[in-house]
Amino acid sequence: MEVGFFRVALLVLKKDLAIEAKSREIVYTTLFFAISCVMIFGFAFVMEEGVPVDGAAAGILWIAVAFSGTLALGRTFERERYGETLRALLLAPASRPAIYAGKLLGMILMMVATEVILTPLVAVLFHAPLFAHPWLLIALLGLGTVGFAAVGTLFAAMLVRTRTRDVLLPILLYPITIPVIIAGVRGTAALLQTPPEEPVATLWIGLLVAFDVVFTTLALWTFEPLMTE
Amino acid sequence: MMKKLFVPLALVTAAMFAYAPIAINRVPLESTMLLVQKIFYFHFATWMALTTVIAVCGAASLIYLFQGSKIADAYAVASAELVVVFGVFGLFSGSLWGRKAWGVWWQWDARVTMATMLVMVFLGYLMVRKYGGPGSEKLAAAMGIFGAATAPFVYKSVDWWRTIHPQTSVVRTLGEKFPAAWDLVLFCSTAFVLLAVLLLIARVRLEGMRNELDRMYLAAEDE
Repeated sequence: MEVGFFRVALLVLKKDLAIEAKSREIVYTTLFFAISCVMIFGFAFVMEEGVPVDGAAAGILWIAVAFSGTLALGRTFERERYGETLRALLLAPASRPAIYAGKLLGMILMMVATEVILTPLVAVLFHAPLFAHPWLLIALLGLGTVGFAAVGTLFAAMLVRTRTRDVLLPILLYPITIPVIIAGVRGTAALLQTPPEEPVATLWIGLLVAFDVVFTTLALWTFEPLMTE
Repeated sequence: MMKKLFVPLALVTAAMFAYAPIAINRVPLESTMLLVQKIFYFHFATWMALTTVIAVCGAASLIYLFQGSKIADAYAVASAELVVVFGVFGLFSGSLWGRKAWGVWWQWDARVTMATMLVMVFLGYLMVRKYGGPGSEKLAAAMGIFGAATAPFVYKSVDWWRTIHPQTSVVRTLGEKFPAAWDLVLFCSTAFVLLAVLLLIARVRLEGMRNELDRMYLAAEDE
Protein backbone atom coordinates (compact mmCIF):
# COMPACT_ATOMS: atom_id res chain seq x y z
CA MET A 1 0.00 0.00 0.00
CA GLU A 2 1.34 3.40 -0.96
CA VAL A 3 1.61 5.90 1.82
CA GLY A 4 0.73 9.51 1.03
CA PHE A 5 3.39 11.98 -0.14
CA PHE A 6 3.33 14.29 2.88
CA ARG A 7 3.15 11.45 5.35
CA VAL A 8 6.29 9.85 3.87
CA ALA A 9 8.11 13.17 3.80
CA LEU A 10 7.20 13.84 7.42
CA LEU A 11 8.22 10.31 8.49
CA VAL A 12 11.63 10.68 6.85
CA LEU A 13 12.00 14.09 8.45
CA LYS A 14 10.99 12.69 11.85
CA LYS A 15 13.53 9.89 11.49
CA ASP A 16 16.34 12.33 10.67
CA LEU A 17 15.39 14.65 13.50
CA ALA A 18 15.18 11.78 16.00
CA ILE A 19 18.72 10.63 15.09
CA GLU A 20 19.98 14.20 15.24
CA ALA A 21 18.27 14.89 18.58
CA LYS A 22 20.11 11.89 20.08
CA SER A 23 23.62 12.75 18.90
CA ARG A 24 23.34 16.46 17.95
CA GLU A 25 26.40 15.69 15.85
CA ILE A 26 25.51 17.61 12.70
CA VAL A 27 24.23 20.75 14.41
CA TYR A 28 27.24 21.03 16.71
CA THR A 29 29.94 20.26 14.12
CA THR A 30 28.31 22.45 11.48
CA LEU A 31 27.92 25.36 13.84
CA PHE A 32 31.50 25.03 15.06
CA PHE A 33 32.75 24.97 11.48
CA ALA A 34 30.63 28.00 10.51
CA ILE A 35 32.00 29.99 13.44
CA SER A 36 35.57 29.01 12.51
CA CYS A 37 34.89 30.30 8.99
CA VAL A 38 33.65 33.60 10.39
CA MET A 39 36.76 33.96 12.57
CA ILE A 40 39.07 33.34 9.59
CA PHE A 41 37.21 35.96 7.58
CA GLY A 42 37.53 38.28 10.54
CA PHE A 43 41.31 38.15 10.18
CA ALA A 44 41.05 38.72 6.44
CA PHE A 45 38.56 41.59 6.37
CA VAL A 46 39.10 43.57 9.56
CA MET A 47 41.66 46.33 9.12
CA GLU A 48 44.14 47.52 11.74
CA GLU A 49 41.78 49.95 13.48
CA GLY A 50 39.42 47.07 14.21
CA VAL A 51 36.92 48.29 11.61
CA PRO A 52 35.64 45.68 9.16
CA VAL A 53 35.71 46.36 5.40
CA ASP A 54 32.43 47.85 4.18
CA GLY A 55 29.84 45.28 3.15
CA ALA A 56 32.04 42.33 4.15
CA ALA A 57 29.37 40.96 6.50
CA ALA A 58 27.02 39.88 3.69
CA GLY A 59 29.70 37.82 1.96
CA ILE A 60 31.00 36.33 5.20
CA LEU A 61 27.53 35.26 6.30
CA TRP A 62 26.74 33.55 3.01
CA ILE A 63 30.08 31.83 2.61
CA ALA A 64 29.79 30.46 6.14
CA VAL A 65 26.26 29.24 5.35
CA ALA A 66 27.36 27.58 2.09
CA PHE A 67 30.49 25.94 3.54
CA SER A 68 28.81 24.64 6.67
CA GLY A 69 25.84 23.52 4.56
CA THR A 70 28.16 21.35 2.47
CA LEU A 71 29.55 19.81 5.64
CA ALA A 72 26.07 19.00 6.93
CA LEU A 73 25.05 17.51 3.57
CA GLY A 74 28.06 15.23 3.56
CA ARG A 75 27.37 14.06 7.12
CA THR A 76 23.64 13.34 6.72
CA PHE A 77 24.25 11.01 3.85
CA GLU A 78 27.41 9.52 5.32
CA ARG A 79 25.18 8.40 8.16
CA GLU A 80 22.76 6.76 5.73
CA ARG A 81 25.63 5.06 3.92
CA TYR A 82 27.21 3.79 7.11
CA GLY A 83 24.04 2.09 8.26
CA GLU A 84 23.15 0.95 4.71
CA THR A 85 19.86 2.68 5.40
CA LEU A 86 19.52 4.65 2.18
CA ARG A 87 18.91 1.42 0.30
CA ALA A 88 16.29 0.47 2.87
CA LEU A 89 14.65 3.86 2.44
CA LEU A 90 14.60 3.47 -1.33
CA LEU A 91 13.19 -0.06 -1.07
CA ALA A 92 10.32 1.15 1.10
CA PRO A 93 6.95 1.22 -0.68
CA ALA A 94 6.92 4.99 -0.78
CA SER A 95 7.25 7.45 -3.62
CA ARG A 96 10.85 8.53 -4.23
CA PRO A 97 10.08 12.26 -4.52
CA ALA A 98 8.50 12.06 -1.04
CA ILE A 99 11.71 10.58 0.38
CA TYR A 100 13.65 13.38 -1.29
CA ALA A 101 11.26 15.96 0.17
CA GLY A 102 11.75 14.51 3.65
CA LYS A 103 15.53 14.60 3.39
CA LEU A 104 15.34 18.13 1.99
CA LEU A 105 13.19 19.34 4.88
CA GLY A 106 15.62 17.86 7.39
CA MET A 107 18.52 19.53 5.63
CA ILE A 108 16.76 22.91 5.58
CA LEU A 109 15.96 22.66 9.30
CA MET A 110 19.57 21.87 10.17
CA MET A 111 20.89 24.76 8.07
CA VAL A 112 18.32 27.11 9.60
CA ALA A 113 19.40 26.00 13.09
CA THR A 114 22.95 27.08 12.22
CA GLU A 115 21.81 30.35 10.68
CA VAL A 116 19.79 31.29 13.77
CA ILE A 117 23.03 31.49 15.74
CA LEU A 118 25.35 32.51 12.92
CA THR A 119 23.44 35.59 11.72
CA PRO A 120 23.35 37.52 15.04
CA LEU A 121 26.99 36.57 15.55
CA VAL A 122 28.04 38.08 12.20
CA ALA A 123 25.88 41.14 12.89
CA VAL A 124 27.62 41.73 16.23
CA LEU A 125 31.18 40.89 15.17
CA PHE A 126 31.14 42.95 11.99
CA HIS A 127 29.00 45.86 13.23
CA ALA A 128 26.48 45.11 10.48
CA PRO A 129 22.86 46.33 10.79
CA LEU A 130 21.58 42.96 9.55
CA PHE A 131 18.39 43.17 11.57
CA ALA A 132 17.26 46.60 10.37
CA HIS A 133 14.93 44.80 7.93
CA PRO A 134 14.30 41.47 9.64
CA TRP A 135 11.63 40.21 7.23
CA LEU A 136 13.67 40.87 4.11
CA LEU A 137 16.68 39.19 5.72
CA ILE A 138 14.61 36.18 6.75
CA ALA A 139 13.22 35.93 3.22
CA LEU A 140 16.71 36.11 1.68
CA LEU A 141 18.23 33.57 4.06
CA GLY A 142 15.24 31.23 3.96
CA LEU A 143 14.91 31.20 0.18
CA GLY A 144 18.67 30.93 -0.29
CA THR A 145 18.79 27.97 2.07
CA VAL A 146 15.98 26.22 0.22
CA GLY A 147 17.74 26.66 -3.14
CA PHE A 148 21.10 25.50 -1.81
CA ALA A 149 19.64 22.52 0.04
CA ALA A 150 17.44 21.50 -2.91
CA VAL A 151 20.44 20.99 -5.19
CA GLY A 152 22.67 19.80 -2.35
CA THR A 153 20.32 17.07 -1.13
CA LEU A 154 19.92 15.67 -4.64
CA PHE A 155 23.65 15.59 -5.37
CA ALA A 156 24.65 14.31 -1.94
CA ALA A 157 22.10 11.49 -2.28
CA MET A 158 23.49 10.53 -5.68
CA LEU A 159 27.08 10.69 -4.49
CA VAL A 160 26.49 8.15 -1.71
CA ARG A 161 27.36 5.39 -4.17
CA THR A 162 30.51 7.10 -5.45
CA ARG A 163 33.94 6.46 -3.99
CA THR A 164 35.16 10.06 -4.43
CA ARG A 165 32.05 11.63 -2.86
CA ASP A 166 33.92 13.93 -0.46
CA VAL A 167 35.76 15.65 -3.28
CA LEU A 168 32.95 15.63 -5.80
CA LEU A 169 30.22 17.18 -3.63
CA PRO A 170 31.74 20.68 -3.38
CA ILE A 171 32.99 20.49 -6.96
CA LEU A 172 29.50 19.81 -8.27
CA LEU A 173 27.54 21.86 -5.78
CA TYR A 174 29.25 25.26 -5.83
CA PRO A 175 29.15 26.03 -9.56
CA ILE A 176 25.48 25.05 -9.76
CA THR A 177 24.39 26.91 -6.64
CA ILE A 178 26.47 30.02 -7.36
CA PRO A 179 23.44 31.91 -8.74
CA VAL A 180 21.70 31.32 -5.39
CA ILE A 181 24.73 32.51 -3.44
CA ILE A 182 25.18 35.56 -5.70
CA ALA A 183 21.52 36.49 -5.19
CA GLY A 184 21.83 36.00 -1.43
CA VAL A 185 25.03 38.01 -1.06
CA ARG A 186 23.85 40.84 -3.32
CA GLY A 187 20.44 41.02 -1.62
CA THR A 188 21.99 41.05 1.87
CA ALA A 189 24.61 43.60 0.80
CA ALA A 190 21.81 45.87 -0.48
CA LEU A 191 20.23 45.74 3.00
CA LEU A 192 23.55 46.77 4.57
CA GLN A 193 23.90 49.90 2.41
CA THR A 194 23.34 53.28 4.01
CA PRO A 195 20.54 53.99 3.30
CA PRO A 196 19.35 50.40 2.74
CA GLU A 197 18.18 49.64 -0.81
CA GLU A 198 14.97 47.66 -0.25
CA PRO A 199 13.95 47.51 -3.94
CA VAL A 200 17.27 45.86 -4.82
CA ALA A 201 16.84 43.32 -2.03
CA THR A 202 13.29 42.61 -3.22
CA LEU A 203 14.57 42.06 -6.76
CA TRP A 204 17.03 39.44 -5.52
CA ILE A 205 14.31 37.81 -3.42
CA GLY A 206 12.26 37.48 -6.60
CA LEU A 207 15.20 35.84 -8.32
CA LEU A 208 15.72 33.46 -5.41
CA VAL A 209 12.06 32.41 -5.69
CA ALA A 210 12.65 31.67 -9.38
CA PHE A 211 15.78 29.61 -8.60
CA ASP A 212 14.00 27.71 -5.82
CA VAL A 213 11.07 26.82 -8.06
CA VAL A 214 13.34 25.68 -10.92
CA PHE A 215 15.78 23.73 -8.72
CA THR A 216 13.17 22.04 -6.52
CA THR A 217 11.00 21.06 -9.46
CA LEU A 218 13.96 19.62 -11.36
CA ALA A 219 15.18 17.76 -8.27
CA LEU A 220 11.76 16.25 -7.47
CA TRP A 221 11.37 15.26 -11.10
CA THR A 222 14.81 13.67 -11.56
CA PHE A 223 15.28 12.08 -8.12
CA GLU A 224 13.45 8.89 -9.09
CA PRO A 225 15.50 8.02 -12.22
CA LEU A 226 18.73 9.29 -10.62
CA MET A 227 18.43 7.00 -7.63
CA THR A 228 17.53 3.92 -9.68
CA GLU A 229 20.50 1.68 -10.23
CA MET B 1 22.38 10.14 -42.77
CA MET B 2 24.70 12.07 -40.46
CA LYS B 3 27.66 10.60 -42.33
CA LYS B 4 26.33 11.70 -45.72
CA LEU B 5 25.62 15.22 -44.47
CA PHE B 6 28.97 15.63 -42.79
CA VAL B 7 31.18 16.40 -45.81
CA PRO B 8 28.87 18.94 -47.55
CA LEU B 9 28.21 20.60 -44.20
CA ALA B 10 31.95 20.77 -43.48
CA LEU B 11 32.56 22.38 -46.89
CA VAL B 12 29.84 25.00 -46.34
CA THR B 13 31.20 25.80 -42.86
CA ALA B 14 34.77 26.07 -44.17
CA ALA B 15 33.62 28.44 -46.92
CA MET B 16 31.72 30.55 -44.37
CA PHE B 17 34.73 30.77 -42.07
CA ALA B 18 36.96 31.68 -45.02
CA TYR B 19 34.59 34.48 -46.04
CA ALA B 20 33.90 35.77 -42.50
CA PRO B 21 37.16 37.78 -42.05
CA ILE B 22 36.64 39.43 -45.45
CA ALA B 23 33.08 40.42 -44.54
CA ILE B 24 34.14 41.64 -41.10
CA ASN B 25 36.82 43.74 -42.76
CA ARG B 26 34.28 45.23 -45.17
CA VAL B 27 31.52 46.14 -42.71
CA PRO B 28 31.64 49.87 -41.70
CA LEU B 29 33.23 50.78 -38.36
CA GLU B 30 30.94 51.19 -35.38
CA SER B 31 30.70 54.86 -34.36
CA THR B 32 31.95 54.75 -30.74
CA MET B 33 34.21 51.70 -30.42
CA LEU B 34 35.60 51.76 -33.99
CA LEU B 35 37.91 48.83 -34.82
CA VAL B 36 37.60 47.18 -31.39
CA GLN B 37 33.91 46.45 -31.95
CA LYS B 38 34.78 43.99 -34.74
CA ILE B 39 35.59 41.29 -32.22
CA PHE B 40 31.87 41.31 -31.43
CA TYR B 41 31.04 39.27 -34.57
CA PHE B 42 33.01 36.27 -33.32
CA HIS B 43 32.37 36.89 -29.61
CA PHE B 44 28.60 36.88 -29.97
CA ALA B 45 28.69 33.97 -32.45
CA THR B 46 30.68 31.87 -29.96
CA TRP B 47 28.03 32.30 -27.31
CA MET B 48 25.32 31.39 -29.82
CA ALA B 49 27.18 28.15 -30.55
CA LEU B 50 27.54 27.63 -26.80
CA THR B 51 23.80 28.13 -26.28
CA THR B 52 23.14 25.49 -28.93
CA VAL B 53 25.41 22.88 -27.33
CA ILE B 54 24.06 23.62 -23.83
CA ALA B 55 20.54 23.02 -25.10
CA VAL B 56 21.70 19.75 -26.71
CA CYS B 57 23.44 18.70 -23.49
CA GLY B 58 20.39 19.43 -21.31
CA ALA B 59 17.99 17.63 -23.64
CA ALA B 60 20.32 14.66 -24.19
CA SER B 61 20.90 14.32 -20.42
CA LEU B 62 17.15 14.27 -19.79
CA ILE B 63 16.57 11.65 -22.49
CA TYR B 64 19.43 9.54 -21.14
CA LEU B 65 18.14 9.80 -17.59
CA PHE B 66 14.56 8.81 -18.38
CA GLN B 67 15.12 6.34 -21.22
CA GLY B 68 18.68 5.17 -20.65
CA SER B 69 19.60 5.41 -24.31
CA LYS B 70 23.35 5.14 -24.92
CA ILE B 71 23.26 7.44 -27.93
CA ALA B 72 21.71 10.25 -25.87
CA ASP B 73 24.54 9.84 -23.37
CA ALA B 74 27.06 10.11 -26.22
CA TYR B 75 25.40 13.37 -27.32
CA ALA B 76 25.52 14.65 -23.72
CA VAL B 77 29.28 14.03 -23.32
CA ALA B 78 30.06 15.44 -26.74
CA SER B 79 28.06 18.60 -26.15
CA ALA B 80 29.45 19.08 -22.62
CA GLU B 81 32.98 19.04 -24.03
CA LEU B 82 31.95 21.57 -26.67
CA VAL B 83 30.40 23.82 -24.00
CA VAL B 84 33.83 23.99 -22.36
CA VAL B 85 35.59 24.61 -25.68
CA PHE B 86 33.25 27.39 -26.84
CA GLY B 87 32.99 28.76 -23.30
CA VAL B 88 36.74 29.17 -22.97
CA PHE B 89 36.91 30.78 -26.41
CA GLY B 90 34.02 33.11 -25.55
CA LEU B 91 35.59 34.14 -22.23
CA PHE B 92 38.89 34.69 -23.98
CA SER B 93 37.45 36.84 -26.78
CA GLY B 94 35.43 38.72 -24.16
CA SER B 95 38.58 39.31 -22.14
CA LEU B 96 40.40 40.71 -25.19
CA TRP B 97 37.47 42.99 -25.94
CA GLY B 98 37.19 44.02 -22.30
CA ARG B 99 40.86 45.00 -22.25
CA LYS B 100 40.23 47.49 -25.06
CA ALA B 101 36.69 48.63 -24.21
CA TRP B 102 36.75 48.66 -20.38
CA GLY B 103 40.54 48.86 -19.87
CA VAL B 104 40.76 45.61 -17.88
CA TRP B 105 41.22 41.96 -18.80
CA TRP B 106 38.69 40.83 -16.22
CA GLN B 107 35.69 42.65 -14.81
CA TRP B 108 33.62 41.42 -11.85
CA ASP B 109 30.47 41.78 -13.81
CA ALA B 110 27.32 39.68 -13.49
CA ARG B 111 27.34 38.24 -16.99
CA VAL B 112 31.07 37.49 -16.98
CA THR B 113 31.02 35.90 -13.52
CA MET B 114 27.93 33.79 -14.17
CA ALA B 115 29.16 32.72 -17.60
CA THR B 116 32.42 31.56 -16.02
CA MET B 117 30.47 29.57 -13.43
CA LEU B 118 28.40 28.04 -16.22
CA VAL B 119 31.57 26.88 -17.97
CA MET B 120 32.72 25.50 -14.60
CA VAL B 121 29.51 23.47 -14.25
CA PHE B 122 30.40 21.71 -17.48
CA LEU B 123 34.03 21.33 -16.46
CA GLY B 124 32.58 19.66 -13.35
CA TYR B 125 30.52 17.48 -15.67
CA LEU B 126 33.69 16.26 -17.39
CA MET B 127 35.41 15.73 -14.01
CA VAL B 128 32.52 13.59 -12.77
CA ARG B 129 32.78 11.43 -15.84
CA LYS B 130 36.52 11.07 -15.45
CA TYR B 131 36.81 10.58 -11.69
CA GLY B 132 33.31 9.52 -10.62
CA GLY B 133 33.86 5.81 -11.19
CA PRO B 134 31.03 3.44 -12.12
CA GLY B 135 27.58 4.98 -12.31
CA SER B 136 28.94 8.46 -12.91
CA GLU B 137 26.92 8.80 -16.15
CA LYS B 138 23.79 9.51 -14.14
CA LEU B 139 25.53 12.02 -11.92
CA ALA B 140 26.85 13.72 -15.02
CA ALA B 141 23.36 13.76 -16.50
CA ALA B 142 22.13 15.63 -13.42
CA MET B 143 24.95 18.15 -13.89
CA GLY B 144 23.93 18.60 -17.52
CA ILE B 145 20.28 19.17 -16.62
CA PHE B 146 21.00 21.65 -13.82
CA GLY B 147 23.66 23.40 -15.89
CA ALA B 148 21.22 23.87 -18.76
CA ALA B 149 18.63 25.15 -16.27
CA THR B 150 20.93 27.94 -15.07
CA ALA B 151 21.82 29.05 -18.61
CA PRO B 152 18.70 31.26 -19.07
CA PHE B 153 19.59 33.09 -15.84
CA VAL B 154 23.06 33.81 -17.21
CA TYR B 155 21.49 35.20 -20.37
CA LYS B 156 19.11 37.48 -18.44
CA SER B 157 21.65 38.45 -15.76
CA VAL B 158 22.73 41.63 -17.58
CA ASP B 159 19.18 43.00 -17.49
CA TRP B 160 18.80 42.51 -13.73
CA TRP B 161 22.15 43.54 -12.41
CA ARG B 162 23.59 47.04 -12.74
CA THR B 163 26.42 45.90 -14.90
CA ILE B 164 29.03 46.95 -17.41
CA HIS B 165 28.33 44.21 -19.97
CA PRO B 166 25.94 45.36 -22.75
CA GLN B 167 22.31 44.38 -22.17
CA THR B 168 20.40 41.86 -24.27
CA SER B 169 18.44 44.70 -25.94
CA VAL B 170 21.66 45.85 -27.68
CA VAL B 171 21.59 42.82 -29.94
CA ARG B 172 17.81 42.85 -30.36
CA THR B 173 17.76 46.44 -31.66
CA LEU B 174 20.87 46.03 -33.79
CA GLY B 175 18.81 45.24 -36.90
CA GLU B 176 17.28 48.75 -36.96
CA LYS B 177 20.34 50.73 -35.90
CA PHE B 178 23.10 49.03 -37.85
CA PRO B 179 21.64 46.64 -40.46
CA ALA B 180 24.99 45.73 -42.05
CA ALA B 181 26.32 44.59 -38.67
CA TRP B 182 23.14 42.65 -37.93
CA ASP B 183 23.42 40.67 -41.16
CA LEU B 184 27.04 39.87 -40.39
CA VAL B 185 26.19 38.83 -36.83
CA LEU B 186 23.64 36.38 -38.23
CA PHE B 187 26.19 35.10 -40.77
CA CYS B 188 28.91 34.54 -38.15
CA SER B 189 26.47 32.97 -35.69
CA THR B 190 25.31 30.54 -38.35
CA ALA B 191 28.94 29.65 -39.12
CA PHE B 192 29.73 28.99 -35.45
CA VAL B 193 26.55 26.98 -34.86
CA LEU B 194 27.35 24.89 -37.94
CA LEU B 195 30.87 24.34 -36.61
CA ALA B 196 29.40 23.23 -33.29
CA VAL B 197 27.06 20.80 -35.06
CA LEU B 198 29.97 19.37 -37.10
CA LEU B 199 32.17 18.87 -34.04
CA LEU B 200 29.20 17.34 -32.24
CA ILE B 201 28.58 14.81 -35.00
CA ALA B 202 32.26 13.87 -35.13
CA ARG B 203 32.52 13.52 -31.35
CA VAL B 204 29.33 11.45 -31.09
CA ARG B 205 30.71 9.11 -33.76
CA LEU B 206 33.93 8.76 -31.76
CA GLU B 207 31.97 8.02 -28.58
CA GLY B 208 29.91 5.44 -30.47
CA MET B 209 33.09 3.75 -31.70
CA ARG B 210 34.52 3.72 -28.18
CA ASN B 211 31.39 2.05 -26.85
CA GLU B 212 31.52 -0.47 -29.66
CA LEU B 213 35.17 -1.20 -28.89
CA ASP B 214 34.38 -1.70 -25.18
CA ARG B 215 31.58 -4.05 -26.12
CA MET B 216 33.89 -6.06 -28.39
CA TYR B 217 36.55 -6.29 -25.69
CA LEU B 218 33.98 -7.61 -23.22
CA ALA B 219 32.63 -10.05 -25.78
CA ALA B 220 36.16 -11.29 -26.54
CA GLU B 221 36.87 -11.78 -22.84
CA ASP B 222 33.72 -13.86 -22.41
CA GLU B 223 34.76 -16.33 -25.07
